[in-house]
Amino acid sequence: MTSAPSRQAPEPTSPRPGPRPKPAPPTGAPIRVTGAQSLVRSLEAVGCEVVFGIPGGTILPAYDPLLDSTKVRHILVRHEQGAGHAATGYAQATGRVGVCMATSGPGATNLVTPLADANMDSVPVVAITGQQSRPLIGTDAFQEADICGITMPITKHNVLVTDAAEIPRAIAEAFHIAATGRPGPVLVDIPKDVLQEQTSFTWPPDMRLPGYRPTTRPHGKQVREAAKLVVAARKPVLYVGGGVIKADAHAELLRLAEDTGIPVVTTLMARGAFPDSHDQHLGMPGMHGTVAAVAAMQKADLLIALGARFDDRVTGQLSSFAPDAQVIHADIDPAEISKNRRADVPIVGDCKEIITELIDAVRTERETAKAVDLTPWWDTLKSLRETFPLGYDWPEDGTLSPQYVIERIGALSPSDTIYTAGVGQHQMWAAQFVKYEHPRTWINSGGLGTMGFAVPAAMGIKAGEPGRTVWAIDGDGCFQMTNQELATCAIEGLPVKIAVINNGNLGMVRQWQTLFYGERYSNTDLGTHKHRIPDFKLLAEALGCVGLRAESREEVDEVVQKALEINDRPVVVDFVVGKDAQVWPMVAAGTGNSEIMAARGIRPLFDEDL
Amino acid sequence: MTRHTLSVLVEDKPGVLARVAGLFSRRGFNIESLAVGRTEYPDISRMTIVVSVDELPLEQVTKQLNKLINVIKIVELEPTASVQRQLVLIKVRADATVRSQVLETVQLFRAKVVDVSPEAVTIEATGTSEKLDALLRMLEPYGLREIVQSGMVAIGRGARSITATAVR
Repeated sequence: MTSAPSRQAPEPTSPRPGPRPKPAPPTGAPIRVTGAQSLVRSLEAVGCEVVFGIPGGTILPAYDPLLDSTKVRHILVRHEQGAGHAATGYAQATGRVGVCMATSGPGATNLVTPLADANMDSVPVVAITGQQSRPLIGTDAFQEADICGITMPITKHNVLVTDAAEIPRAIAEAFHIAATGRPGPVLVDIPKDVLQEQTSFTWPPDMRLPGYRPTTRPHGKQVREAAKLVVAARKPVLYVGGGVIKADAHAELLRLAEDTGIPVVTTLMARGAFPDSHDQHLGMPGMHGTVAAVAAMQKADLLIALGARFDDRVTGQLSSFAPDAQVIHADIDPAEISKNRRADVPIVGDCKEIITELIDAVRTERETAKAVDLTPWWDTLKSLRETFPLGYDWPEDGTLSPQYVIERIGALSPSDTIYTAGVGQHQMWAAQFVKYEHPRTWINSGGLGTMGFAVPAAMGIKAGEPGRTVWAIDGDGCFQMTNQELATCAIEGLPVKIAVINNGNLGMVRQWQTLFYGERYSNTDLGTHKHRIPDFKLLAEALGCVGLRAESREEVDEVVQKALEINDRPVVVDFVVGKDAQVWPMVAAGTGNSEIMAARGIRPLFDEDL
Repeated sequence: MTRHTLSVLVEDKPGVLARVAGLFSRRGFNIESLAVGRTEYPDISRMTIVVSVDELPLEQVTKQLNKLINVIKIVELEPTASVQRQLVLIKVRADATVRSQVLETVQLFRAKVVDVSPEAVTIEATGTSEKLDALLRMLEPYGLREIVQSGMVAIGRGARSITATAVR
């Protein structure tokens, strides 16, 4: 046995993150500093409170002044990928910019996956990487990689700083670009000799971004056009995407929905943007969405897309998606409008401003227009919701139901708990069976589908929201990709809770093999059941966490309660569940949404005149 | 597919060309012609990009280009509402027996000879790509030793300036 039970979680050595930092006051006259000091001062001035990273050769100069910073806490991770996902989790939970730091070469390339992930999910992240000294760039020097070239297509922007005097401006611009408009990751690459050079530091620097002017105010005429369609629609649906959460527009959304009585669907990225308990909420649309949500969109005569991007996982086969619907598409990114589905009324702007103006426009429009009765539409949807509720069957072999485990975690945890997940079956069940009432309580890898996201993301979330319970719903496949960050969590005082939904397999791939590959299970059995390798309980203890296990229905509540009571160190619960549970409903890839199956072989009769 | 001419105003910074080119190559679009040069503003460069691509994907690329932080403005120039010019240097085989015929062709196209040797002449010509194609066809029988073409540059007709409105 390990000595884990007697091990105390060490006190964090750096200051705990405090309340939302205020921008530093201007420092006035220039001060002589090194490039590295300029970088740390810039981070302090821009309000950065925590950096996730690993030092190495070229970034070393930056780590020296970082040791003295009382404002910036550095969390030493075990792998740069962990730093990137932690920054993403932190940013998603707090709404602030997440920061990660790595050295050149492999340190920087290890950030590629999290940067691509943050780019797909529009998360404000700033990555700071060391680079080989200027004279060595381009010579294949030790640990040299053209990280700006590599990350060009997977960042919102990146920059190689070639002059120490440019550091404050580069940092200020990076944070500004990351956080404004459609948020996204920005990488700042700084050569070692630039960090070592003597320079002067002044704050605030003036930003020079002539090509960057995001539109936030919507066009009034477009909003009025939208309001006309909203008021006239007989079968409207509010199609809510992650942009609503990013714009902090959940309160406005609630008002718009209640004002109009229009049904709401929330995408995977938008879970929590509208309370699950609200009667107007039909649930999640898309490949594993609820029958009611998918059917509502298919049958709609008007889709009001708010901060959503008509992703293929939502639309299914595009040509048969929502065939009768007119589309109002509101998004801050003009490139999203009419990208996949032509918008009848495009509105470019910030979701909060758009919805606010739309509420007023709809009220004005109502004064003259004849009111449309949405009762027949609701009758249809309610009947679908009642006939095909989200549900699951217990495995016939008597094993534990993974859906039940996730449902119980959701039921027993405090209402402000933040959940994250890896990618696969457990992610879909976490999106379906945990009830989300508040924005920023569900944080996952939606666009890129990054397995291994959960543990490092949970670490970042906990660093940003230390007072709240953080659950990572993970799979046994995902968990084995990034669990090393539990050592970081244990040492840095970040008591996250990990539920390993251990079905011994790469579950989602296995589900597709069951359905589409004639039950030929090629390379999906991880052996975590058969050989109990690794033993997640022992692994957890080795990493300085509490390891728990549940294998039967009776144990679930007790173990979840126990996990909730432990707050001095991370907890890992190995939930040994059946391998044959499947995610339903499902729209098979490449088919139309009307082909949705509520369960295997059960296809709601869409041809019926509803 | 139709041919489009895009004028792209960009900040004069390293890597901008790679960013712009990346958005085309990502979709498998081939850039037919590319010219980059300074403008009347010291910090701004202008790219003229010619691509053959359908309307819808082009709109996507244009929107994506607009998202690049270093891109300031994009204008599509219609052939009828703009002046479009390319430059070509042609080394054509021309000994004493055919030189006069070659020079006659040069004059017909209002091109000029910029270098002469006993076996060859080098011709400089500017014009639309159609005119230059025609010139090359006329010279081909003599034997084209080497040709080099610049990218197309284009400017809108009339008094309006796309740079002036971009830097306001």
